[in-house]
Amino acid sequence: MNTVAPIKREMHVVHSRGDKVFRGIVTAGALTSLVILGLIGSFLFARGAQVFSQYGLKFITGTNWSSSMEEGIPSEFGMGPMLVGTIIVSAIALLFAVPMSIAGALYIEFYATGRLRRILSGLLDLAAAIPSLIFGLWGIQVFTNFGQNWAEFLANRLGWFPLFNTISDNYGRSPFVAGCVLASMVVPITTSVAREVYSRTPRELIDTCYALGGSKWGAIKTVVLPFGKSGVVGGAMLGLGRALGETVAVYLVLNLNFRYTFRILESEGGNVASLIATRFGESSSEELTALVAAGFVLFLLTLSVNMVASAIVARTTRS
Amino acid sequence: MSGITIPQPTRPWQRKRADTVRSAVSAGLVGVISIVIVLFTGFAGVDGWAVTVLLVSVLLIFIRGRKLSTKERGNAKIQLVITAAALLAFAPWISIFGSVLVKGIVGLKLNFVTSDMRTTVPDDELNMGGALHAMLGSMLMVMMATAITLPLGILSGVYLTEIKGRFTFLVRFVIQSMSGVPSIVAGLFVFTTYVSATHGPTAFGGSLALGILMLPTVARTSEEVLKLVPDDLRSASLALGARQWRTTLMVVLPTVRSGLITAAILGVARVIGETAPLLLTAGSSTAFWFNPVKGPIASLPIYVFGMLQIGTEYAVNRAWSGALVLMLAVFALFFTARKLGGKDKR
Repeated sequence: MNTVAPIKREMHVVHSRGDKVFRGIVTAGALTSLVILGLIGSFLFARGAQVFSQYGLKFITGTNWSSSMEEGIPSEFGMGPMLVGTIIVSAIALLFAVPMSIAGALYIEFYATGRLRRILSGLLDLAAAIPSLIFGLWGIQVFTNFGQNWAEFLANRLGWFPLFNTISDNYGRSPFVAGCVLASMVVPITTSVAREVYSRTPRELIDTCYALGGSKWGAIKTVVLPFGKSGVVGGAMLGLGRALGETVAVYLVLNLNFRYTFRILESEGGNVASLIATRFGESSSEELTALVAAGFVLFLLTLSVNMVASAIVARTTRS
Repeated sequence: MSGITIPQPTRPWQRKRADTVRSAVSAGLVGVISIVIVLFTGFAGVDGWAVTVLLVSVLLIFIRGRKLSTKERGNAKIQLVITAAALLAFAPWISIFGSVLVKGIVGLKLNFVTSDMRTTVPDDELNMGGALHAMLGSMLMVMMATAITLPLGILSGVYLTEIKGRFTFLVRFVIQSMSGVPSIVAGLFVFTTYVSATHGPTAFGGSLALGILMLPTVARTSEEVLKLVPDDLRSASLALGARQWRTTLMVVLPTVRSGLITAAILGVARVIGETAPLLLTAGSSTAFWFNPVKGPIASLPIYVFGMLQIGTEYAVNRAWSGALVLMLAVFALFFTARKLGGKDKR
C-alpha cells in the first residue's frame, strides 16, 4: 500500500449575505484612494485646460510669466524657467544626497557597532520625520551662512566653468544652497531605503568573501554594492520625487526669479511649487488657472517619477 | 615538573594597549596639526575645521599606511572616506536638532503656550503673545483629518490582507503613488474643489488636504500590522463558524488594536508639519475659534512660516519657538508609535 502525501486542500468559501455586504464596503473603502487620485488629476486638468488649450506647448517652454491687471494688456504664462529651475535644484540635491546616503547606509550597516549603531539608526528614523518647514527654517537661518561661503569658494576657484559662473557677488539664496538644503532633506529617505536593501544582502556571500581573504571593503565592493544597486536607484528616485515636489523648504531658501538661469551659484532660481506658493495669494482668476495648470504639470512629473521608483523598490525588496 | 607549557590563546582581533595608545597619539597629532593649519591659513568656522581635520587624517593614514599591506591600506582609506561621508550625512540633522533647541528655547516662555496673538503684534516683547491658537488650530485640523482618513486607511489595509480581491495590485500601487503627491498639489486640489466653491479658507478645507497626504501612510502601516496577524487565528475563528465579517471585526482587528493606533499616530506625525497645503486651504488667524466650516484658522506650521516671513528679530524668535514645539510634537508622536508598535510584535 503506498501512502500519498496529503495535498493542501483548496479552501472553498461561500460568502453569506453579510459577508457580501462587508466585502462590498471594504472594497469601496479601499478604492477611495484610487478615486481621490483620479479626482486630483482630472480636476486639476479640467481647471487648467483653458490654459493648456490657449498656450499649448508654449506653457511648458515659454519664458515669461506676467499677469496683467489692466484691460488691453494680455497676460502671458510660460513656466519654462521654473520647470528648469526645479530640475536643477533637484539634480544638485541628488548629486550630494546619493553618495552621502550610500556612505551613511554602509556606515550604519557595516562599520558602526553596538550603541553607536543604535543611536545612528534612531537618528535616521527621527530625521525622516522632521517636517520640511523645519529644514527650510534651518536652511535660511543657519545653513545659508555656510552654504554661501562654499558657493563663494567655488565661484572664486572654478568660476571659469560656465555652471559656476557668477555676475554678482551674492551667493546666499542660490540654487546651490537650496540644493544642499534639499539634499539634507532627501538623505534620510534614500539612506533608509539603501540600508534596507543592504541589510538583505545574503550573509553567507559576505562570509564567503571574508573566508577567501577579502577585506571589509572587498566584501562591500564585490557583494554588497552590486546586490543593492537597483534598490539604491529606486531610493534615489523616491528622493527625487520628494525633491521635485518640495515647496516650503525651497520657497524659504531660494530667491525666486523669472529667468532661465544655469548659474547655480547666483542668488536666483526657479521652482514650480514655490511659484504656486508665491503667486497664489495675489493672483487674478486668470493667473490662478495658470497656477493650477502648473500644479497639474508638477503632479504628472512627480507621479511618474514616484511610480517608477516604487516599482523598482518593490521589485528589489520583495523577499 | 615537565617543561610543558600550556599555550595561552592569542586573541589577534582584540585591541592591544599599543593600538589604543597609537590611535590616541594619532588623534592628538591630527588635532595639533589642524590647530596649526587653522591658525596660519584662512580656514575658519566649523566647516573649515572639518575640512582641515579630514585632510590631516587622510595624510596621517597615508604615512602610517606604509607599514601595512596593500589590502589593509586600501581598507583603512575607504573606511575613512565612508566615515567622513556618513558624518557629513548626519551632521545637518544634528545641526537642526541643536539649533531648533537652542534658538527655540529663547522664546519658549509660559505665555507662548497659554496666549494667542489677538492683542499682540509679532514685534512685541517675547513675554507677550503666543501660539496657543496655532496649536489648537493644528490639533483641530489634524483630528478631523484623522477622523476622515483612519477608517479609509484601515479599510484599505483590510482589503489588502483579508479580502485580497482582484484590485489588490491596483490598490497597493495607487497608495504607493499617492504618497508621492506633492503637498502643494493636494492643497491646490482642495482649493479648486472645495475652498473656492465655498467661503474661502476653513479648518475643514485644511483637514481635507491633510487627509489626502495622510491616507497613504495610514493605509500602508495598517497593511503592515494586519499582515502580522497569524493565519491560525483567522482559521480558528472560521472553524468556529464565524463569517468573514465577524472574523475580521472581532478577531483580526482587535488583535492589532495598538498597531492600528500606531498607524494613526504615524499619519499624524506625517502631516502635522505640512505647511504648503494649509497656506492654500486654511489661511491664518490671530486667535482660535471653534468653527470648522467658517473663517480661516491658524496652525502651527503657518504660524512659524508667517513669523519667518515678517523677519524681524522677535518674529524670528517666535518662529524658532514654534518650530521647537512642532519638533517636540513630532518626536512625542514618533516615540509613542514606536512604543505601541513594539507591543504587538511580542
